[in-house]
Amino acid sequence: MGLFNKIKTMFQSKNETEEKVEKEEVKVYEKGLSKSRQGFVSKLADLTNKYRTINDDYFDELEEILIMADIGVNTVMEFIDRLKDRATKEKISDPELLKEIIVDELFIIYVNDEVLSSKIAYQEEGPTVLLFVGVNGVGKTTTIAKLAWKMKEEGKKVLLVAADTFRAGAVEQLRFWSEKVGVDFYGKEEGSDPASVVYDGCMKAKSEAYDVVLIDTAGRLQNKVNLMKELEKINKVIQGIIEGGPHETLLVIDATTGQNGISQAKAFQEITNITGIVLTKLDGTAKGGIVLAIKEQLGLPVKFIGLGERKEDLQVFDIEKYIYGLFKDMM
Amino acid sequence: MFESLGERLQNAIHKIKGYGKITEENISDMMREIRLALLEADVNYKVVKEFTNSVKEKALGEEVASSINPGDLFVKIVKDELTELLGGSQVDICLKGNPAVVMLVGLQGSGKTTTIGKLANFLRKRHAKKPLLVACDVYRPAAIDQLKQIGKQLNIEVYDEGQGNPVEISKNAISYAKENHYDYVLIDTAGRLHIDDVLMDELENIRLEVNPDEILLVIDAMMGQDAINVINGFHDKLPLTGVILTKLDGDTRGGVALSVRHLTNLPIKFIGVSEKLDGLDSFDPERMAGRILGMGDIVSLVEKATEAIDEKEAEKTAKRMQQGKFDLEDFLSTMKQMKKLGPLENLLKLIPGAKKMGLNNVKVDPKQLAHIEAIVLSMTPKERRHPEIIKASRKTRIAQGSGTSVQEVNRLLQQFDQMKKMMKQFSNGNMKLPF
Repeated sequence: MGLFNKIKTMFQSKNETEEKVEKEEVKVYEKGLSKSRQGFVSKLADLTNKYRTINDDYFDELEEILIMADIGVNTVMEFIDRLKDRATKEKISDPELLKEIIVDELFIIYVNDEVLSSKIAYQEEGPTVLLFVGVNGVGKTTTIAKLAWKMKEEGKKVLLVAADTFRAGAVEQLRFWSEKVGVDFYGKEEGSDPASVVYDGCMKAKSEAYDVVLIDTAGRLQNKVNLMKELEKINKVIQGIIEGGPHETLLVIDATTGQNGISQAKAFQEITNITGIVLTKLDGTAKGGIVLAIKEQLGLPVKFIGLGERKEDLQVFDIEKYIYGLFKDMM
Repeated sequence: MFESLGERLQNAIHKIKGYGKITEENISDMMREIRLALLEADVNYKVVKEFTNSVKEKALGEEVASSINPGDLFVKIVKDELTELLGGSQVDICLKGNPAVVMLVGLQGSGKTTTIGKLANFLRKRHAKKPLLVACDVYRPAAIDQLKQIGKQLNIEVYDEGQGNPVEISKNAISYAKENHYDYVLIDTAGRLHIDDVLMDELENIRLEVNPDEILLVIDAMMGQDAINVINGFHDKLPLTGVILTKLDGDTRGGVALSVRHLTNLPIKFIGVSEKLDGLDSFDPERMAGRILGMGDIVSLVEKATEAIDEKEAEKTAKRMQQGKFDLEDFLSTMKQMKKLGPLENLLKLIPGAKKMGLNNVKVDPKQLAHIEAIVLSMTPKERRHPEIIKASRKTRIAQGSGTSVQEVNRLLQQFDQMKKMMKQFSNGNMKLPF
């Protein structure tokens, strides 16, 4: 049975013994992705209705739909080639049937026979350190606030560290969130050396036995050599104090980002050991398709997605729910 | 930022060199390259289609005059089309009102608050007028704080009422500006999704209240295909007058610039080119088209230089260079001037032919320059005038004084020596400038 049918049955014929929580989460995906879904799915459906049999024009239009979802030019080109192959081999000429294969293949790009985990690698002993990096304005600080709330709800002792000492108001913004969410905060005045903030923050976390440390860093464009070096230094400082840290380095990417997302992931991966992606602002009309290209080319999985401005709108990423959220109307 | 687009085009163009006529056959490769390059640059899919069609149409049937090759002709067609697509000619910011009111709107994280600071700085510098910043982002934590700090850095007043009602705040800000004779009122609004009806209505209400001369949409240059939904979403609700593209100092190809004008007919008025508060430039379509094609941008370079460089000082240095008297004192003053021009790699990119010389991907670490400066500053004036007297013990002292190593001091002295030799050659006319 293809993935399409698997997901279809998975979410449609849930019996009552299924956990309620699961259903709630699916709903958040459904609702959060409702705007992203419009346009994407309706276009796919139109395409299926428009063509009786599959031909070159059909594939051209399909290519357009996928590129408009920011999936990544190379990824799309290869995807179309694969699809054409499969259609010839399996002698498929009905667009209705190909629709299911499209969903299947999209899933394969992302999963690629790997066992993907969006779990945070919590440490048995000592604080678990999470470092948040990314370009300017992607939503690092807000993501940290939401995640801190989630972790606090799970009963963890959380410390936020404000290492964005560059942008005006950034320290204040994180402090505000720490109070609102009800977790502890460490920061110095603006303009201080971020590495020293991280040093002191990690020392505090160690001596006061925090479970989790979330470190906010300044937004930096990936081609700024000096800022990337600063990040390298922050990394070393963490390593020096907390063994194996940072245990997670999450690259935050705005869902509206286009092809530059690949360049961002590459550059940050060179400097730090990126363990996953947080895809923010998916509640708009953007589809965030670039994460498919990032996964395919660099092997970086998405760990969390932001589906709204409320603190509970940050969700653990689940590819099946994501695809269901995007294709719901088609199933 | 657009390098790769220009590169791809040039590679493709190289292939048709030597043909006497442009035909459907010999440009099919090229059309494919153009299409891929534009898509990879995040240019809207529909714009790409139209662009490639219209270039193809214009190119086909053009007899190639004997004096030029088809490649050059093709480049010209592409450049003209690009310029056209980018908006033909430059459109200035409209500042008729008294005070002139400008509203900045956009998605979260597009860079509105930083940009409004830059804009105020720009207007004050160019027009010697008095701007007032208004803090209407009452939602994002610390946004008001951020604007206040920017105002403080620039010494420009910020009007705020804390977390009040943005419509009231803007209304009051205008009366305040009138009473206190401000020339410009720049309103910073909260970031919002174009599909958030409540917040979009709020913008409309501000607009009705203050009747702004300009409503500028701030867009992240890294945006992908969704840009058009965002632009249309804002434009449907508000009569936008223009766009500001931010974060163009990254390595994004910024194809969104190509989509904006073509799909919405809105002019791009400014571009954000650095994190510093003077990092805002006017948008010039023709120059940008040249840049996309990798033709360099000598006009920007000269403009930047005249703004930052002290002419007398430069003349003095040039004279000393010609006389072969250039010493480390001159070197230091040249370096200080250079610093005012901003990041070196940005300047290198503006040099025509930068790509051929391999300058487009040069990355310069500002720290390295700081080290060099520290070394020179650790020398005595006499040492700077006569670097040849620097021997072992002086080197050790200089290294210690500047927090570097003797090797680094050596390297600097060697490089300086080479530079001097090169200058001599230039002034003797034995060598031509590389461009």
